[in-house]
Amino acid sequence: MKVINLTAIYVLWLREMKRFIRAKSRVIGTLAMPLFFLAFLGLGFTNMNIPGMSKDIDYIHFLVPGIIGMTMLFTSMFAGISVLWDREFGFLKEIMVTPVNRVSIVLGRIVGGATTALIQGILILGISCLMGFRIVGISSFLLSIVFMFFIAVTFIGLGLIFASKMKDIHGFSLIMNFVIFPLFFLSGALFPLENLPIWIRYISYIDPLTYGVDGLRGVLIGVFSLPIISNLIILIGFSLVMVLLGAYFFEKSEVV
Amino acid sequence: MYAIKVEKLTRKFNGFVAVDHISFNVNHGELFGLLGPNGAGKTTAINMLSTLLKATSGYAEVAGFDVSKNKDAVRNSIGIVFQEPALDNRLTGRENLEFHAMMYGLSKNERRKRIKKVLELVELTDKADVLVENYSGGMKRRLEIGRGLIHKPKVLFLDEPTLGLDAQTRRHIWEYIKKLNEENKVTIILTTHYMEEADYLCERVAIIDFGRIVVLDTPQNLKNVLGGDVVSIEVAPIEKGFEIFKKFPWVKKISQHNGIINLNVEQGEKKIPLLMKIDQQEKGLEIKSVNLRKPTLEDVFLHFTGKTIREKEVSQNERNREIVRRRMMRR
Repeated sequence: MKVINLTAIYVLWLREMKRFIRAKSRVIGTLAMPLFFLAFLGLGFTNMNIPGMSKDIDYIHFLVPGIIGMTMLFTSMFAGISVLWDREFGFLKEIMVTPVNRVSIVLGRIVGGATTALIQGILILGISCLMGFRIVGISSFLLSIVFMFFIAVTFIGLGLIFASKMKDIHGFSLIMNFVIFPLFFLSGALFPLENLPIWIRYISYIDPLTYGVDGLRGVLIGVFSLPIISNLIILIGFSLVMVLLGAYFFEKSEVV
Repeated sequence: MYAIKVEKLTRKFNGFVAVDHISFNVNHGELFGLLGPNGAGKTTAINMLSTLLKATSGYAEVAGFDVSKNKDAVRNSIGIVFQEPALDNRLTGRENLEFHAMMYGLSKNERRKRIKKVLELVELTDKADVLVENYSGGMKRRLEIGRGLIHKPKVLFLDEPTLGLDAQTRRHIWEYIKKLNEENKVTIILTTHYMEEADYLCERVAIIDFGRIVVLDTPQNLKNVLGGDVVSIEVAPIEKGFEIFKKFPWVKKISQHNGIINLNVEQGEKKIPLLMKIDQQEKGLEIKSVNLRKPTLEDVFLHFTGKTIREKEVSQNERNREIVRRRMMRR
């Protein structure tokens, strides 16, 4: 038996794409929140002088990479946790009883989830450009996609871990409030982390999104705390760990 | 060699025994039934045989492969229709089949041929490109049965295939199942709590209760255990009736259940006039109604477990809740 079953990965990805295209209201729903954040915070803080932020850039430019990071975080966590919906609707059993090895099933879900998350991240970036955000060049756009991809993989992995540990969708709001939102606020997506008390900053260093947002800022607007390459390496490290843990817990969980 | 071989298979949930040392064999091409009330352990047994659940102890072999050691080989050899629908509602019927066929590694050509064939078999060709969320319950069931067959499994598991369907659709599904078994020579193991389903479809039936197999035989042999006919008598006062009927030499077995006395007799039609005479002879004894019938599996179930399957379901609800509770604890 092959360890990596490309056909299975492809068909799992294809299913994700079909569901994504057919669920327009869901896509609009998940895009609405980052757009509201972008619009209201961006407009509200336009001329504010945020402490710790360089005076050369206005807040909207500071904010856009953070909001893209937010979009990746939310959509990817949902994609990982969506295993629970498959469990709820019985389809997970259909997947698990096929002779496809579990690694390929996890990879298929990650590839599918990452694609839908990337589409949404790029959409947000596009809308930001309409709102006055300027991208430096094509290479910075492409690099931002690399960062988006690894943020997506990291949080799909994390979502899979939760989905394997929970048996129904009732705990979902708990995760929303106690995992997703803290990850978001601690990442420096909305304000420079330098403003936070030192002990909270230490916590933010274990938040993978911190490196994702800082990296996105580096490639998109040239403002960063860590060099872009360091951010990328740390983020890739996180994504590997999360995928392995996600696959491990998914493998161990019983479907029925 | 058997299509399915089960030896002392057991599954516990936190010490609660859901399936308790069951053993049976299913022959190639056989249509085999597990009959029992909800919560008797049928689905747990199926889940173990289809590799979705690990057995606590015991051994099982499907299509010649050990279900705990050779999972992929077992998965390749089986098709399964779960008790609850396991379809993607946001995909069309054809897409669901396509997904399945690709997961089993069928080539493009094979896929096209097989999907066309099973769609015809379950009569869904017209509806193939409709989203499954718009399907009726019966259509979903048929689609799932079709899906279970795409990769030509040697063994097909059907877990309560007609649960929640109306009488007409149920008949339809029964015909499919029979046809499948006869024409395609697929070994089929089905679970059910419908007596008439087990009786109509299965070559052999295992009655399962509280996780144990109580008895296993052909429906005919099971009914023969009760002998000839069943005469059900409603009589007042019932205790007196019981005492009187008990003494007749032609009564092979007498039992009382829910205010009705059941007699197992040979040539029941000749015994009804005798009962009429008793009614006239015995003062203070009134026979209110007499019913003569061939024994059904319901009678067999009552005989072996002491309760009808419906009563069992009520008392098993307790047990079900216990299983759910223990499983939650496990998590």
